[in-house]
Amino acid sequence: MTKVLTDARSIRIKGRSFLAVVLSPDLPFDDWLVRLDDLAARSAGFFLGRPVVLDVADLPIDRTQLKELLGEFAQRNVSIMGIEGARPSILAQGMPPALKGGKPVSDEAVAKEPIIELRNSQSKPVAAEVRPASQSIIIREPVRSGQSVIFPEGDVTVIGSVASGAEIIAGGSVHIYGTLRGRAMAGSVGNASARIFCRKLEAELLAIDGVYKMAEDMPPGLRGQPVQLWLEGDTIMAETLI
Amino acid sequence: MGKVIVVTSGKGGVGKTTSSAALGAALAQRGEKVAVVDFDVGLRNLDLVMGAERRVVYDLVNVIQGEAKLPQALIRDKRLETLFLLPASQTRDKDALTPEGVERVMGELKRYFDWIICDSPAGIERGATLAMRHADMAVVVTNPEVSSVRDSDRIIGLLDAKTLKAERGERMEKHLLLTRYDANRAERGDMLKVDDVLEILSIPLIGIIPESMDVLRASNIGAPVTLADARSTPALAYFDAARRLSGEVLPITIPGEKRGIFGKIFGRKAA
Ligand SMILES: Nc1ncnc2c1ncn2[C@@H]1O[C@H](COP(=O)(O)OP(=O)(O)O)[C@@H](O)[C@H]1O
Ligand SMILES: [Mg+2]
Repeated sequence: MTKVLTDARSIRIKGRSFLAVVLSPDLPFDDWLVRLDDLAARSAGFFLGRPVVLDVADLPIDRTQLKELLGEFAQRNVSIMGIEGARPSILAQGMPPALKGGKPVSDEAVAKEPIIELRNSQSKPVAAEVRPASQSIIIREPVRSGQSVIFPEGDVTVIGSVASGAEIIAGGSVHIYGTLRGRAMAGSVGNASARIFCRKLEAELLAIDGVYKMAEDMPPGLRGQPVQLWLEGDTIMAETLI
Repeated sequence: MGKVIVVTSGKGGVGKTTSSAALGAALAQRGEKVAVVDFDVGLRNLDLVMGAERRVVYDLVNVIQGEAKLPQALIRDKRLETLFLLPASQTRDKDALTPEGVERVMGELKRYFDWIICDSPAGIERGATLAMRHADMAVVVTNPEVSSVRDSDRIIGLLDAKTLKAERGERMEKHLLLTRYDANRAERGDMLKVDDVLEILSIPLIGIIPESMDVLRASNIGAPVTLADARSTPALAYFDAARRLSGEVLPITIPGEKRGIFGKIFGRKAA
């Protein structure tokens, strides 16, 4: 059957921003991959269905090494949607496309693209751009498993619990008036002064300004307690609230 | 206009079909007209649990696709004249359910019946979302174990997002039915505590159904447990749950414990 194209409508092109996880590996890759596997093992499904950007800026690697690294990701079912900070000479056909800074100049709307950086305490401090996080939203009901609250503009307050398998991603601080069982990421667009507060800590993952911590990394005394977390240098600090 | 209840859970094997039949029969025994609709296209069970498998001529998919009229597909229960079953198709798959078709059937059922109980398939795909789409209230069936609780939590999120009620900005009424509760395992600490489940899901409880041989016996003779053995403990718990569904306030007891947890549950702020 032949189809006659009589439709004269033009193609619509839209800009849309997506929240991407940025992975910034450091050398030697073997060690870094061990830490990545550790994170993935303890936070099952973390990379599943999530756009991941690979940041290789300042890494003294060649094309072969990049290819190998991409292979490692493929083996782990982590699909890289783009590579940031790569010298053109190390990119090759069949690799994910090069991305620039997450802020394409052509599109105003995309310029605000929120990016989560997943670093760990050993990595070099990235000069994060600090934006004033003055806005806030209040969620008046429990955040259920499978739901994400993403608010790069500022603080997120939840009056209720955050379920296992749910996540809160805030540009500013995260306040949970309930039990935090899922993931909370504060300062997700680069804000080292953001904090996480919760009435009862049972979290699967906590991150502030890209520095992450699993619940198991926390002193057991904090479990089930009202807790606040903040960043000192590249270390997440925690204390119980009275 | 009838009220549409979806019986849902996310997880399979927790007792949705058992509960749909038991609650349907309990409501029908009070003289109210009830239709129980099987949305588990391809894996139908409700006809067996209700003892109607040999009387299935047309099914939900036939009605949706215009191959049969609704009254032709509805099966009247042999024992209760106000109880009807709309069976699922066993030979098709869930893609045969269209949103428009389901909407039409639901609209028609609401005109004839006081209660329409939708037995949802497991999962969060098309069958489950179409089963919940037109609901006025939801019965979330949960077993006291971690994976079931998490799946129920996920389903509650969908009830608040993917239903017509939610899209109109209205609040979906949600009720927790804790099933397959084993008093011995609870005593040994092998199961989540009722309190913990309530704290995690934070929706009001309408009943705790004990794990019981009476349920298996009932399904073996093809009768909802509230018809097969109306004095058995699971049947009594289902009768009470049905009364709570229609708005009565009754104390809830944890099977194996004498003390009611009335105060505790109603003292809790439910979301
Ligand atoms: N309270 C109960 N006690 C014992 N067995 C039960 C109980 N509730 C359900 N079952 C059994 O569990 C199995 C799954 O129940 P079913 O109602 O088909 O679950 P679902 O529809 O959620 O998949 C069936 O074999 C059923 O007889
Ligand atoms: Mg079933």
